[in-house]
Formats: sequence, C-alpha cells, structure tokens
Amino acid sequence: MKRSLPLAMLLALGLASAARAANEADYKAAYATAEAASKEAAGLRNQWTVTVSTLAAAKKAADGGDFDRATAAAREAEALAKASIFQAASEKEAWKAMEIR
Amino acid sequence: MKTRSALLLGSLSAALVAFALTSPRVVAADKVDPVADAKAFQNFFFQKFPDVKHEDFVNGPYSMNADMKRQWQEKEEFPPYEFALDAGKEMFATPFKNGKTYADCFPNGGVGIRQNYPYFDEKEGKVVTLELALNRCREANGEAPYSYVKDEMASLTAYMAFTSRGKPMDIKIPDDPRALAAFENGKRYFYTRRGQMNFSCASCHVQSPGERIRAEVLAPALGILNAMPIYRSEWSGMGTTSRRFVTCNSQTRAVPLEPQADEYRDVEYFLSYVANGLPISGPGARP
Ligand code: HEC
Repeated sequence: MKRSLPLAMLLALGLASAARAANEADYKAAYATAEAASKEAAGLRNQWTVTVSTLAAAKKAADGGDFDRATAAAREAEALAKASIFQAASEKEAWKAMEIR
Repeated sequence: MKTRSALLLGSLSAALVAFALTSPRVVAADKVDPVADAKAFQNFFFQKFPDVKHEDFVNGPYSMNADMKRQWQEKEEFPPYEFALDAGKEMFATPFKNGKTYADCFPNGGVGIRQNYPYFDEKEGKVVTLELALNRCREANGEAPYSYVKDEMASLTAYMAFTSRGKPMDIKIPDDPRALAAFENGKRYFYTRRGQMNFSCASCHVQSPGERIRAEVLAPALGILNAMPIYRSEWSGMGTTSRRFVTCNSQTRAVPLEPQADEYRDVEYFLSYVANGLPISGPGARP
C-alpha cells in the first residue's frame, strides 16, 4: 500500500484530535507510545525537531496537570514520529527520483 | 515567505510524483560512476544558468543575482572575514605546547592544499574533511579539539582556504570499494528528503537556486563548498561547513546530526567531488 507522506501526516493528526477528557493514565500511555516511536525515528537518524518539541510540550502540560492537552500533544508527537519513520522508509528508494543524471 | 510556501507545495507535489514513480521504475543496475555523476551535475547547472560563468558558481548566492554581486564586490574591499583570516594565520603559525605546529600535520606545510579536502583515507576506510584533519592534528599533539561550529575552526579553515584561492577543486576517489560507497552514501544523503518539510538538500540547492527563502537567495549546489568557511551577517561571524550543514538541516525541521558524522563527511565528499575543476574561493562573505 502506497500512501503519501503528507496524507499520512494529515490522517494521523486528524485522528489524534478526536477526544474525550483525558486522565493521567491516558497521558502516560500516549506518552510511552510516542516516546517509543520517537526513539525509533532517532535510531533511523531521521528525527524531526517538531517531534522533540511536541513531546516536550506534552510533558510540560502534564507537569501542569493539564492531561487533555498533554495527551493530545503526546498523540501528535506520535503521529509526527511515525511520519518521520515513514519518510525514512520511503526515501530508501525515493531519493533516486530527485537525482541529476 | 511566498517562495517558501511555493517551495513547500512544489516539494509536496514532487514527493507525490516520486511516490508514484518509484515502484514501477527500475533504476538500471546501480553502478557507482562518480565521473559520469560529476559530468551530469555540472552540465545540469551550466545548462540551467547559461549566463553564469562556470568559475562564478563558487560564489554561492552572488552567482545568481547581479545586484547582490555588486554589493558583494564593494564589500570585498574591506572583507568582513579579514579578522578571522588574520586570527587563523596566527593560530596556524603558533606552536602547540609540544613545539610542533599545524604545518607538521599536513602536506606542503598546510599551504595551498585546501582543494584536496575532503580525501578518502584508505587506512581508516573513511572520508576525512579538513575540519576533522585539523582537530586530529590538535589531538595528536596533545591539544583539546575545537568545536566544529565555532570561531577557532572557522579561522583555521579560512586561512587554509585563502592559501588555496583560485586553485581548482581536486578531489580524488581511489579505486577502493569503500571510497565509492562513501561517495554514493554522500549522494544519497544529498538527495534524501528529511524533516517535517520533507526537503532534501537538492530541493533547495538544485531545484531552487537563485530563489529567495526568507531574505536569503539560495546558492546553487555546484561549487557550494568552494567558498567555505563563510562570514554571515546573520551570524555576525564566521561559519564552518559543519555549522552550515547543521543550520540547513534545522531549516527543514530535521534534527541535525552531530558535526562530522559519517553522513556529513560523505556529503561533503560528494559535493566537493562534483565541483572538481572549479576554483576555491573561500573564505566567503554573505549578507
Ligand atoms: C530549506 C532549504 C534548504 C535546504 C533543504 C538546505 N539548505 Fe543549504 N542553505 C539554505 C539557505 C537559505 C542558505 C543560505 C543562503 C545560501 O547561501 O544559499 C544555505 C546555504 C548553504 C551552504 C553555504 C553556501 C554559500 O555559498 O553560502 C551550504 C554549503 C549548504 N547550504 C549546504 C546544504 C546541504 C549539504 C544541505 C542538505 C543537508 C542543505 N544545504 C539543505 C537553505 C537550504
């Protein structure tokens, strides 16, 4: 299945914002998933700055007790990390399309 | 700003096309052929900018814009990198604590050799850049290495570039599969999209040279390292090649690699090799 990266990002971000009020457990689960995805992206040497800053924002919101915002930010960070992983995978071949020959 | 969103849109649609194209397209057996690559690379720019004299490509954004070029030529009478140049010259001549100098680490005493960097070190099996060689020289002589992104390194490389001004870039790729792999890896890094903006180096420096991104005019990828290091008013100081790579990665919202990471060494090898024959013009000054 071939999807485009921008499409993947939009879908992921869209899903992330569907919400009921979130609690600390929701946040912790969302954060752990996001952190794992972000570590995977870093391991591929393809981390995005926005993933790092969105993860930091999630933590900050949680520290302030705002778990709605924290959970939303963690899910957004996960979506960003996944998009960067998708990018790294597709660029393994796609870079050749840009090459001057 | 306008150009920027146009660039972004362009790049997104290019990405879509790329995704559509890549699966069915069979790329003919991927044999690494640096000579053919360099020729194609140079021809691309010579044809895209038929009015730019070949040796002018090494002047980055100034080769693309006549007004800027005039301002630059006036500036060159009191070049803002002069301070770094003087400092570099003095540092170069000052002995380490053990009495040796940089000259002891380099061929020809380090004078007039910048055009040969980076080179492929067959012992290490890796690309060695000038910045890396300078720090290795320091460490071999019991001195602490310099930051790759700060003034001292810029001053040293500025001085070394100056002693090579006008000499044609002369990068060798030895007949060693590891050297060819390094070249290929550098090429892949150059064309690979990264960051949230989904840009490769080529999105800006191949597809859009001469266009403005924020207040800056994009330099063409051909000869893009010949002027390094550069003084930038925006930095109000000098910037090394390492610093520039880090900054360019950040602009696409990609987390930069550590300076002198293998990928950066390899992309420097690739970009320098395809600029073979074009004169060293560093140190440079940018608005
Ligand atoms: C978002 C667009 C963008 C991308 C992507 C980008 N750069 Fe740049 N680059 C710039 C801008 C802006 C400048 C400063 C203006 C100029 O000199 O082009 C610059 C300058 C440079 C310079 C100094 C050129 C000079 O003469 O002043 C080098 C070298 C360079 N980039 C290398 C790279 C490499 C290698 C990559 C890929 C890792 C890359 N750039 C990716 C925007 C980009």
